[in-house]
Amino acid sequence: MRHLTSIRELTKDAAISLLDNAQQLSQVNDREVKKLPALRGKTVVNLFFENSTRTRISFEVAAKRLSADVINFSAETSSVSKGESLKDTAQTLEALGADAIVIRHPFSGAPKLLADQDWISASVINAGDGSHEHPTQALLDALTIRQGFGLNQDLSGLKVLIVGDILHSRVARSNILLLNLLGAKVTVAGPQSLIPLGVEQMGVTVNNSFEDALSDSPDAVMMLRVQKERMQGEFFSSTVDYSKAWSLEGDRLDMVGKNALILHPGPMNRGFEISSQAADDPRSQVLRQVSNGVAVRMAVLYRCLSGEQL
Amino acid sequence: MTSIILKNLTLPNGTGADIAIENGRITQIGGVAGSGIDCSGLQALPGFVDVHTHLREPGFEASETILSGSKSAAAGGYTAVMAMANTSPVTDTPAIADFILDSGVKAGYVEVQPIGSVTKGLAGAELSDIKGLSESRSKVRMFSDDGVCVFDQNLMREALLAVKKFNGVIAQHAQDPTMTVGAQMNAGALATELGLAGWPAEAEESIIKRDAQLAEQTGSRLHICHLTTAGAVEVVRWAKARGINITAEVTPHHLLLTEELVRSYDSVYKVNPPLRKLEDTLALREALLDGTIDVLGTDHAPHSREKKECEWQNAAFGMVGLEHAASVLQEVLIQGGASWERFATILSTKPAEIAGLETQGKLSVGSVANITMIDPSAKRVIERQTNSKSVNNPFAGITLPGQIMHTIFQGRFTVMDSTLKEQL
Repeated sequence: MRHLTSIRELTKDAAISLLDNAQQLSQVNDREVKKLPALRGKTVVNLFFENSTRTRISFEVAAKRLSADVINFSAETSSVSKGESLKDTAQTLEALGADAIVIRHPFSGAPKLLADQDWISASVINAGDGSHEHPTQALLDALTIRQGFGLNQDLSGLKVLIVGDILHSRVARSNILLLNLLGAKVTVAGPQSLIPLGVEQMGVTVNNSFEDALSDSPDAVMMLRVQKERMQGEFFSSTVDYSKAWSLEGDRLDMVGKNALILHPGPMNRGFEISSQAADDPRSQVLRQVSNGVAVRMAVLYRCLSGEQL
Repeated sequence: MTSIILKNLTLPNGTGADIAIENGRITQIGGVAGSGIDCSGLQALPGFVDVHTHLREPGFEASETILSGSKSAAAGGYTAVMAMANTSPVTDTPAIADFILDSGVKAGYVEVQPIGSVTKGLAGAELSDIKGLSESRSKVRMFSDDGVCVFDQNLMREALLAVKKFNGVIAQHAQDPTMTVGAQMNAGALATELGLAGWPAEAEESIIKRDAQLAEQTGSRLHICHLTTAGAVEVVRWAKARGINITAEVTPHHLLLTEELVRSYDSVYKVNPPLRKLEDTLALREALLDGTIDVLGTDHAPHSREKKECEWQNAAFGMVGLEHAASVLQEVLIQGGASWERFATILSTKPAEIAGLETQGKLSVGSVANITMIDPSAKRVIERQTNSKSVNNPFAGITLPGQIMHTIFQGRFTVMDSTLKEQL
């Protein structure tokens, strides 16, 4: 594997093997010296066209734990092609010695374009593109669920509920693809205006009631981060109404199974899509997700840059 | 002018014949005495006419010029192209129209007939100088805001009435802009997976329905550019059954390519209207075979590299089409069991009639010698680089049937032995 731009590029075996690698690498986190020499001499560039401190730091920590050099590059983009093109930016970074480009971009497909065109030979890793995909997020979520249930292979038999703004969510798309690949049963729930056309064809059941979806006893409830500015007008009448119907709080939290997991990709809007009580609940995996994020990104960087499994 | 004798060719009706050309006109069809160019195995057709070409000049000469576009057209077997109005400045005045007309004559490869814009500056607010354009040296007969839809219903009605006076036609780009804000590809499951804003079929179909009703009320001629959906075919079928004066066009790419190609995020597949699903493609082919769709229009839309070498969302809409259109039509139509007569109707006779080009679309004694000869038995791999200045060619690498062997425009070879001939 040279690039990772979409979960579609992974076979089931490849996904499981990545999770296995991440599981091994997560132990580095517990060592006194949190560092492996695996990618010494390699240069990883975080090319971010959108702000995302968390994802960038996670990739940065992952690369550093593998002893790679890390360059952070914040770039601007506009809705029309102005200024430096993506091609020029990428070629410039490669000329500076980049072996891998971790790219976050507001436009869907930008990472795949970089990987497929013959502009550069560096590895390309998708750190979130438009409303398309965020594959490392899905991998870290899958790892978290696997650990939560003490599993070491796939996720067959598990039921996962994804809640919120499915329409704009790259996290939801990557998770739908990966969870299906790993044999889980996926339901998405959210207001009708935020359920994208034809999403059923990606292999999910759609439910327009949170309570109804919870009554199906999901093993994991994945809350999506909501962009508050989107929860007005076109998509939803008001933020208050959204919260009333779709926040994980109160009675709904009680409906979540005793052994079920609560996930959130962060950063959380406490009191909006998730209550503080839910966020701090023992079932909440939020911090586990963050540490697993580093492990998964280490595994992906290692696989892309060394071409080997551990 | 010299005389030309073409020997042993096959006419659209399947009979063998020779053709004699003198002083730019066809003087004989049948057995012609004397020696000439052997055309054994070649299918003779009236020179092709494209009702939908973007030549980009004036204004976007980095993408195409009237000269380069004319060469590409001739290489594709065309003897006439209708030049779309979305130039810069927009073709909304006689001066711009006449500039395009004259530049076409100067280039000398095909008849270049300007299309006037329906509204000033394509802004959709007020009508352009339709009367002035119709009375100019260019005698503009076809009007279109192609690239954008004439969305204001009342303005569309006025436009239809305005062109009726001289038997003109409005060519509508059917796209409800309110339903396609930021749209990037066909709406549906694939757009959802790819995270690209969807372009619903209803945005096209609702406008066609509306405009068919306006054409019925006004009794004017309406032409629908680039049909793309099965539903749009149904609407046109309905309108024709009612006797509405409507014609419809399909592009080569919508006949062969589907939205699955967008998975690559390669902007060569980004086009307006978008590539649709296989079932739409099949409906379009059926409609072409049964006559619901009248003509093939290339929507040849060249773009310079920098407008395509970028993120999907930033890339320009459009693809080139002049040099593979006939091959696509052969693949779909002839392979689909239709005759070369129907081929000639779709690619020449009917477009000439819609556009009002009197010297085009005829292969008969006395008519101007605009003739294209195809080797139907040839197979070729489409090259990315054509005679166009641009290389946004989605057919590159695809194998298609048919090779343009000779194109004769006004009695002169523009293509001979499948090689473009410099016109001095």
